[in-house]
Amino acid sequence: MSETQKSMNPSRQFDELPDAPPKRKIRLSWAGKIGIAVLVFWAIMVVIGPSIAPYHEAEFLEESLFIVPGSDEKYPDTDFQPPSRIVLLGSDYMGRDTLSRILFGARTTIGISFIATILAYLIGVTLGIAAAVGYRFEYRGFTIIELDTVLSRLNDALLSIPSIMLGLVMIAALGSTIPLLIFLTGIIYAASVFRIARSLGQEVMVSDFVEAARVRGEGLWWIITREILPNVAMPLATDFGLRFVWVILFISALSFLGLGVQPPMSDWGSMVKENLPGLIYGSVAPLIPSLAIATLTISVNMIVDDISAQTGGKLAKRMIS
Amino acid sequence: MSILLEVDDLKISARKDDDSLLPIVKGVSFKVARGEVVALIGESGSGKTTIALSALGYTKPGLEFDGGEVRLEGEDVITMRSDHLRSLRGQRVAYLAQSAAATFNPALTIGEQVTESSVLHGILSKEQAHERAKVLYQALELPDPERLGRRYPHQVSGGQLQRLMAAMALCGKPDLLVLDEPTTALDVTTQIEVLKSFKSVIKQEGSSAIYVTHDLSVVAQIADHIVVLYAGEVQEYGTAEQIVSHPTHDYTRRLMHAVRPPPAAGQGDKTSSEHKRQAPALEVRNITAGYGRKRDGTTMVTVLRSVNVSIERGQSIGVIGESGCGKSTLARVVAGLLPPTEGEVLLDGQELNPALAQRSRNELQKVQFVFQMADTALNPKQRIDRILGRPLEFYLGLKGKEKRQRVGELLEMVELPPEFAGRYPEELSGGQKQRVNLARALAASPEVLLCDEVISALDSIVGANVIDLLRRLRQQTGVSFVFISHDLSTVASFADEIVVLYAGRVVEKGSTDRVLSPPYHPYTRLLISSVPELRVGWLEEAMQTQEAQAGIDRLVTLTEIGCPFFDRCPLAIKDTCDQEAPPIRDLGEGHLISCHRPESEFLH
Repeated sequence: MSETQKSMNPSRQFDELPDAPPKRKIRLSWAGKIGIAVLVFWAIMVVIGPSIAPYHEAEFLEESLFIVPGSDEKYPDTDFQPPSRIVLLGSDYMGRDTLSRILFGARTTIGISFIATILAYLIGVTLGIAAAVGYRFEYRGFTIIELDTVLSRLNDALLSIPSIMLGLVMIAALGSTIPLLIFLTGIIYAASVFRIARSLGQEVMVSDFVEAARVRGEGLWWIITREILPNVAMPLATDFGLRFVWVILFISALSFLGLGVQPPMSDWGSMVKENLPGLIYGSVAPLIPSLAIATLTISVNMIVDDISAQTGGKLAKRMIS
Repeated sequence: MSILLEVDDLKISARKDDDSLLPIVKGVSFKVARGEVVALIGESGSGKTTIALSALGYTKPGLEFDGGEVRLEGEDVITMRSDHLRSLRGQRVAYLAQSAAATFNPALTIGEQVTESSVLHGILSKEQAHERAKVLYQALELPDPERLGRRYPHQVSGGQLQRLMAAMALCGKPDLLVLDEPTTALDVTTQIEVLKSFKSVIKQEGSSAIYVTHDLSVVAQIADHIVVLYAGEVQEYGTAEQIVSHPTHDYTRRLMHAVRPPPAAGQGDKTSSEHKRQAPALEVRNITAGYGRKRDGTTMVTVLRSVNVSIERGQSIGVIGESGCGKSTLARVVAGLLPPTEGEVLLDGQELNPALAQRSRNELQKVQFVFQMADTALNPKQRIDRILGRPLEFYLGLKGKEKRQRVGELLEMVELPPEFAGRYPEELSGGQKQRVNLARALAASPEVLLCDEVISALDSIVGANVIDLLRRLRQQTGVSFVFISHDLSTVASFADEIVVLYAGRVVEKGSTDRVLSPPYHPYTRLLISSVPELRVGWLEEAMQTQEAQAGIDRLVTLTEIGCPFFDRCPLAIKDTCDQEAPPIRDLGEGHLISCHRPESEFLH
């Protein structure tokens, strides 16, 4: 509107003022940016890692590789070798290339954890939202029991068993295969996802706009997909990051105990365990996989912290549970 | 008088995403003398809270000081070091937030919380602080000052809690109080109770205050000087008397214009009979409803008792009463959100199914509900065209181009530009959101619109615009309105019939003219006399009336027997009113009053 028009239309002079400036977009701090860089690096390694690895994960290095020119030793040690031009990150307790095992292991560790986390989310969110919408089993107009009560008590029971114990018992009984590992981890972590999805869903369920949809006569499916899910998606996505980290640590812990990924496949958790004796010889072999786990989990944490710091403290608090 | 606080060319800006600064407060100057109350008045977004907070050397996150000075006794608080600021806040300058309910910690006793800051700052010892608190409780006319400190926040009423917040702020004898809309969310009766004690305690303590509000008639009661703000700039600055009686600036006049006149006969609309049909559009018969359904079908808390209301087509009916009187419960019963234990709801002479889930889509379409808070009633993840398009699609089966066209028409109807279809709710102001909220209800082409406190959360100018819009829509569409509000002057300017609810019972009912002119039910009289008038000195007069002395500072209590208004009524007859249900007296032309007193003894 030009200046002249403004003065000609005095009633428009004091327009309604907007309540607050529009919400800021999420801007990551340097910590978040570093986190993303590390995460992207590992994501690339998952894809191309095995093809750029100098050796196969199960390949024993030839002794001839380690013969120092001019030396007369025909059969040098191949295990726990320090980093050199032949083995960039040294070799492990059986004389395999640590770098190659890390690159192959990235696919196993991150892949299994990622699929398991997705499984946990599929189960947890579906049941959590189902509990949140407050479906009741009724008989002649009186509530017999609420779906929420049934699901929540089952969930409490699952949560009360220490997850590592549950994992150990199940694997001991059924044997360690990768599908079982994924399934088990998915179930165990679905319990905590359920709690978050349920509490987020309940909060949205009692909001006025859901009530408005109910008064309009909308069905449950519409309310869940159009009103609730879009409003819980962002906090759940942030939580996904954290949960993913815990799943990595859980799988690594199982592998460390020898019950996770079985040899000769490499996996970061079992690599730490296998190479522990190397610490006595000052070998870097157990440190490299530890470092890999640390960089991945810390980077995801940094991203999550950054996002939740900007979307309000409530989210961060809830995720601690 | 010596100057306590001096705000000098204050500038505050918000930092945007691209790091550029957006000015919020643009060079504001005013002074607060000792013992004086200065009011900052303006709409939401005018920067009044931002300016008030600068007296504590504080800005909200995302904002920063951009120039000017705020001097407390000559010392600039903006550049003050943080450890100095800490001793300033709560000790020399105290802040009272809008909502007492959100300020008090429910797990600690009132006494602990009132004395906490002065003990923490080391001004008083624990014993001294508790003694001081008792003096303040007395000054604020709170009941039982000796033992009040040992109670918990949920054990006192909302108005008392609001006053306790003042005690909390005053405990450390601050030089300056900053009050941020302390009466805005309250009922009229609670508002004058709180205003009165704030005024007297400020005088008694001799402290200065900055009072932030959008309500000019409240300000007229309490302020010495008024600063009128718009968009971060001072529009007018003068004494309360001068601003209220002789405003010079256009914007001040607009604010004055938005203050609705005190409720009186002759303000209501008349129903045109062109839309009238045989049966009333909506009839509520003998409704009894409550919460916490028990096995035998009755409820734990019964809110509504035998309520009868009927609305003709095109008519608008105002439902008034304080919070806790069952106004919203009535709307929820009609909408089907709360099935009643007894009675029925008739639409066009046809009985409606009590529960929402069993109603047909056609029945649902005819009754639409407009929620109180537009902020929470619109899904933040849906664009306006989705929000308005859904009822069109759901009830009327409109799709594609037809739907888009209708969305455009609806936006036009509520006086919003068509581009708004592509926006999200958070990009709209409060008043604009309320318009979208209304448009969504209208999209269904309803016959009855239930408006639950639709303008209570809006400030006066925006609220007045929405009322004008409602009035126009009513003439255009012939929709019947059920208009629920605790604000009698709003209802008086809009409704042609008024139902006065008290503790779930209809105490008076009739045309707006009849209800707002004598004879009155004592409760109606109390409500009418509690609406602040836009003149200095009204508060003192209002507190002298007998109904105010009997009825202010009491809670609405739901009773099983007798007249629930008994304990607040200046005309109550002992052993009758508290024992027997009052008879309904018909004063002709559909004017009903439920009272034991005969017509000749009603208040005039």
